[in-house]
Amino acid sequence: MSETLPGFRLTQPESVDQAVAAMRAEPDSRFLAGGTDLIVNMRRGLAEPKNLIDLNGIAELRSITQDVDGLHIGAAQTLREIGEDEDIRHRYCAVAQACDVIAGPGHRNVATVGGNLCLDTRCLYYNQSHWWRKSNNFCLKYKGDICHVAPVGKRCRAPFCGDLAPVLMVHGAEIELAGPDGRRRIALADLYEEDGADHLRLAPQEFIVSVHVPPVDAASVRSGYAKVRVRGAIDFPLAGTAVLCNKHDNGSMVFVVALTGTNSRPFLLGGVDPVAPGQNLDEAFDQLEKLVQKQVSPQRTTTTAAHYRRLAVAALTRRLARELAADLADG
Amino acid sequence: MPETTKRIISLTINGTRHEDAISDNLLLVDYLREDKRLTGTKQGCDGGECGACTVLVDGQSRISCITLAASCHGCDIHTIEGQAQNGRLSAVQRAFHEHLGTQCGFCTPGMIMAAEGLLRRSANPDDDEIRAALGGNLCRCTGYVKIIKSVRAAAEALQ
Ligand SMILES: Cc1cc2nc3c(=O)[nH]c(=O)nc-3n(C[C@H](O)[C@H](O)[C@H](O)COP(=O)(O)OP(=O)(O)OC[C@H]3O[C@@H](n4cnc5c(N)ncnc54)[C@H](O)[C@@H]3O)c2cc1C
Ligand code: FES
Ligand code: FES
Repeated sequence: MSETLPGFRLTQPESVDQAVAAMRAEPDSRFLAGGTDLIVNMRRGLAEPKNLIDLNGIAELRSITQDVDGLHIGAAQTLREIGEDEDIRHRYCAVAQACDVIAGPGHRNVATVGGNLCLDTRCLYYNQSHWWRKSNNFCLKYKGDICHVAPVGKRCRAPFCGDLAPVLMVHGAEIELAGPDGRRRIALADLYEEDGADHLRLAPQEFIVSVHVPPVDAASVRSGYAKVRVRGAIDFPLAGTAVLCNKHDNGSMVFVVALTGTNSRPFLLGGVDPVAPGQNLDEAFDQLEKLVQKQVSPQRTTTTAAHYRRLAVAALTRRLARELAADLADG
Repeated sequence: MPETTKRIISLTINGTRHEDAISDNLLLVDYLREDKRLTGTKQGCDGGECGACTVLVDGQSRISCITLAASCHGCDIHTIEGQAQNGRLSAVQRAFHEHLGTQCGFCTPGMIMAAEGLLRRSANPDDDEIRAALGGNLCRCTGYVKIIKSVRAAAEALQ
């Protein structure tokens, strides 16, 4: 029978320690969660690991809990389970909204938060079959030496297109990592680097164990997520924006914004001023729209024009911020 | 080519128990179509984009062309072949037939399995729920309207 996937061995650890040991034994391995990104890429010849370490059998990676420190999600928790969690839908609205618009339902039944945060970057010249890429002399990101999007540059411009990273970032999430040197906890925003060919700052052999989100006061905080995509289902974001609006006791308001799909990393929007009590909110929305337009950097990595993606994501940010502020005002 | 190990999996397909030696790199769609000769499940794209290969694993819709067969050890799998019982079409199959939810038929096994998965967890879905549940399944022929109508009719027939 013809083999669709290249040959590999599947290792199925039952604990974090066993997964670390498996990776130490075979450092060229790749971690496998839902496989909805990795298996697709392997089918297209974009990865040929000799060993896959399946994270799904590790009980520690499969839980959602809440306590006084906030929300804790195991890395192998599926998008479906996260999106259906009543408390997440209520308090961490943006997280549930993002889960609902990732890929299709058959993907979400197995796709995980860890895989989503470690999603490979994407590009018109990269997410293609082997023969397509070969006929184009491959590209800087894999097997080639030129970026077809920005040929004079030396950096891969493929954008990060995961939907969960921005929503977790506006909620101030941290991630716990495990590796040969033990465990450490970092801010999610620090996981990413502006380099499409090497966008994750994981140490060699490290993986995400869990995601931790601080508690939310549902009375004073609203969050939401919106993405631009070609079709209303299945598609990756051409650009996506997460907004969190926090109303303080003195009446001032703070907007936190994070973006995806436009740069090689998801990032928190810089330079956003808090809105003083009584200040005209339209001025704040104008500022958000301009800051987004200025800080995103979409390239010709999709068939949709980069300029459109820039304007659309700025407009979506404005609309979302206005809706969240209105919702907070209504109580 | 790197070495691939083999393993024994045991699972249920359409109610019948199977035990097979398979390679770690075998995809569920290839296991079903080529090892088990259950060719009703279709392969319509080069991986994960069209939903033609949708089957139910433990009651949930799954994209079999990006699922490792090895990960289905101990699972309960349902494919289009298991829907008709004793020569009688299932309610979803009958509704697709009567309401013209199928034309060329290529997307139909995947559509029916995704619809079946929906109706097992939600007996009376509204159109939005039906659209969401079939959101990962593409059809080049029908324009979707008759597919939605067929699923609604199946839900009513099952009431
Ligand atoms: C048709 C289609 C549409 C899609 N649309 C979207 C979309 O709209 N938005 C979106 O965000 N994604 C989309 N995806 C991509 C994918 O389905 C999701 O991002 C999913 O959440 C990936 O998770 P996974 O568990 O399947 O990851 P996997 O494929 O298992 O892994 C992805 C990567 O992460 C690594 N990894 C997995 N878990 C960990 C961990 N715990 N620690 C460290 N590394 C890890 C793997 O080694 C691999 O490199 C789409 C995919 C397809 C096929
Ligand atoms: S064949 Fe599986 S999604 Fe297209
Ligand atoms: S009936 Fe032809 S693809 Fe759907």
